[in-house]
This record gives sequence, C-alpha cells and structure tokens, in this order.
Amino acid sequence: MTAKEKSWKEISPAGVCWKSSTQFLTGDWKTYKPVRDLEKCTRCLLCVLFCPDGAIHWKPEKGDIEFDYNFCKGCGICANECPAKAIEMKLE
Amino acid sequence: MQTEAEWKFTAKDIAEKPDLFLSGHRACAGCGPATVLRLIMKAVRGPTIVTNATGCMEVVSSIYPYTSWAIPWLHTAFENAAANASGIEAALKILKKKGRSKHEHVDVIALAGDGGTYDIGIQALSGAVERGHDFLYVLYDNEAYMNTGIQRSGGTPLGASTTTSPAGTVIPGKLEHKKPIADIMVAHDMPYVATASPYYWRDLLVKVRKGLEVNGPAFLHVFAPCPRGWRSDPAKSIELSRLAVETCIFPLWEAVNGEYQLSTPSKVFALAPQKKKPVKEYLQVQGRFRHLFTPKFEKLTEEIQRVTDERWKRLLKKCGM
Ligand SMILES: Cc1ncc(C[n+]2csc(CCOP(=O)(O)OP(=O)(O)O)c2C)c(N)n1
Ligand code: SF4
Ligand code: SF4
Ligand code: SF4
Repeated sequence: MTAKEKSWKEISPAGVCWKSSTQFLTGDWKTYKPVRDLEKCTRCLLCVLFCPDGAIHWKPEKGDIEFDYNFCKGCGICANECPAKAIEMKLE
Repeated sequence: MQTEAEWKFTAKDIAEKPDLFLSGHRACAGCGPATVLRLIMKAVRGPTIVTNATGCMEVVSSIYPYTSWAIPWLHTAFENAAANASGIEAALKILKKKGRSKHEHVDVIALAGDGGTYDIGIQALSGAVERGHDFLYVLYDNEAYMNTGIQRSGGTPLGASTTTSPAGTVIPGKLEHKKPIADIMVAHDMPYVATASPYYWRDLLVKVRKGLEVNGPAFLHVFAPCPRGWRSDPAKSIELSRLAVETCIFPLWEAVNGEYQLSTPSKVFALAPQKKKPVKEYLQVQGRFRHLFTPKFEKLTEEIQRVTDERWKRLLKKCGM
C-alpha cells in the first residue's frame, strides 16, 4: 500500500476527490485467498477475464499473470473456473 | 468499419486492453454483474458515454467521492436510463452539427438492472426505441431488486424466494414466470436484440460490439448471477451462467431486424438435445430455490421444466430449427 492509498475504513467522508476507485482497496474483505500452482497454470487467462474485481492481471512483458491481493475479495471464481485446476483457495 | 475478425476478442487481447470499469468497486464477492461490466467495457470501439440507472452497479461504482468508471458516466434515476441515453445522443448530434464536437462519433450505452428495465424503466426504453435513438441498452439481469434487499421483479423466475415473494407455508416463492423482455424488445421492430451470458464471454463481447455498430437502438439482455440474492456460492456465479445456458433456461440468441438466430453456445443443444441438462441441476445449487426440493413444493420443479421446454421449443421454431 503506498502512502496515497487508503483502506476503505480510513477514507474520510469529507471532501471530493476525483480519483478512481482503485484507491479504495477492497482486499481486506477476504477470508480465502487464491494461490496458484505455477506448474499447472497454462496461462489461458480465463481467471483474468472472469474475476469480478479485476484482481488478476496479465503481464505481457513477463508472459505471466499476477494477483493483486489489494482488490481480491476471495470469491473463488478464478479457482472454480480454472480449467487446469491450478488455483487453490487458502484460508487467509 | 472493422470486421468481426479485426475486433480482437481473444483472451490475450482482452487481457491486454485497459480496464474501463475499474477495481475498487464495492460489489459483493463473486458479483456476476461486476464481471459482466468488466467484460462489456472491453468491447467498446471508441469514445463512449455510459448512463446507469440506480441499482447495484450504479451504487457500488460511484460511492462518493470515488468512481470506478474510467470513461464519462452519468447516473440516472431508476426509471429512465433510456430517456437519459436519448438525451445524450441528441445532444451529441447537435454538438456535431454545430462543429463543437471533436469526435466523429460517440457511442452511448444505457445500463440498468432487471428492476430498472422489466418494471420501472420499460416505458422510457420503449419510447427511446420507438424514436429510434442510436444507443445500446444493456440489461444486466440478476433477477430481483438486489440493491434494496432482494425484492421480486418482472425478471424473477417462477418459484424463486425473494423478500417480497418469500417461500413459506403460504406460497412457493414467486408465483409468476419471468417476463420475456428480449422478445418484447424484438416486437419493437428494432435493428438488434440479443441475449448473452458471461461464461460465453466471446459471444458476449461480439454482441456488445454488434449492438454498438448498428445504427439505431440495440438491446442486450445479459444474464448476471448474484450470489447474495440467489443464496449461491460466490465461486459459482460464472458456473451458474453456464448452467443457465446448458439447461436452456436462458438460451442465447440474436434477432437482427426481427430475424431470430440461435447463437453457437445454444445451438449445441438444438443439434444434440441429449446434451441439454435438466433444470434441477441449475436450481439445486441456489438457496432461493431450496424449498423446491421439499415434498410440499417439489411439483413446481416439473412446472419450471415444462415451461423451459415450451419456451425453448418456441425459440427453435422462431430460429427456423
Ligand atoms: C423511483 C424509485 N423507486 C425506488 C427506488 C429505490 N431503488 C433504488 S435501487 C432499487 C432496486 C434496483 O433493482 P434492479 O434494477 O434490479 O438493479 P439491482 O439492484 O438488482 O442491480 C430500488 C427499488 C428508486 N431509486 N427510485
Ligand atoms: S485460469 Fe488457471 S490455467 Fe488459466 S491462467 Fe488462470 S490460473 Fe492459469
Ligand atoms: S478470488 Fe475472486 S476476487 Fe480474488 S482473484 Fe479470484 S476471482 Fe478475483
Ligand atoms: S447484491 Fe448481487 S448484484 Fe448487488 S453487488 Fe451484491 S452480488 Fe452484485
């Protein structure tokens, strides 16, 4: 978390701030967290497409995906939809 | 104009496109409509304005002082997303005529839930379509008024328990069938109407783009599971959007100038009916239908199957199959 970013519990109700909601880290809602098995993952990118929170990113320069736990709410859709069964939901 | 092959809707292309519906929105974990919005915003073709009726997706994406929209976005009252879209489109036309718009064209998308479409927004929608405004209306259908506490809507299916159609000793959940909203829109003689489901993401994106490309009004009915209102496992939202198609409870089709056409994911079940799954498989994974698996109300699952089959048969006929 950088200095500018705040958790949703810290946001002041006063003052307008025309910044996007990406400042609003929703990741502390989760009880389970997705953990990927790099060996099994085929980089099909379905998890990137289906995540409701945009918490999985495709990094072309690395040729791999990355989880952003700041926004992951632990829903488990990525694990459920992964055709390679490469994601396991683990208790936080 | 680009052709379908040039739209770049492969998983890699989509993953590389910038997000226009951003992270940090306050939807519940596993929210189907949130996935739908993230996907549809990957299909836009240029400058786009979205106007959004009150409902979950409006509330979770615009909590003061933040916004999850990386494009111009207007909130509208619950009942008039389509009227708002008409106004935006008319204003854009005038700006262009007066030479005050730097864009050759700006797309307009109206977005609303089932409550805001089937019930309260239908008059504004019907009027805007009749006037022939050039916009795409996206209905994300989570089958109840979720934002205000799961009240039944015209889009809630038969037998679903909601806070205003609670299953108990008196009623077995909602007593009426789902209103065929997309067919009602086809009856408006509009250029483009389609249904879509997020599991079939490529089909969904192609339909969004087709709806934008068309001159005149387009209507897209998108299935959008809501784990909170459906009492379902948040991990299963996308699975449910697949099951709804596999059971033919939510078939995928398009109507171009009134001509019905079955979409590929549903065509599979028309060509090989033995692959069609029983509706029970879809119903049993949702708490809102739990009571249908007790002796008192189990007859209703047969009724749901009967009506699903009947509507499917009618659709096949319309598609000439
Ligand atoms: C005229 C009017 N009546 C009632 C409300 C209260 N209200 C706000 S959102 C909502 C429900 C929205 O349901 P739906 O369109 O299905 O969207 P969802 O919340 O399911 O995404 C209601 C009843 C309102 N905003 N305006
Ligand atoms: S869905 Fe599974 S296999 Fe595909 S990219 Fe994600 S983790 Fe890898
Ligand atoms: S658990 Fe849910 S929110 Fe987290 S990365 Fe997976 S799909 Fe996204
Ligand atoms: S109530 Fe349903 S539609 Fe609304 S934010 Fe939660 S999961 Fe999404």
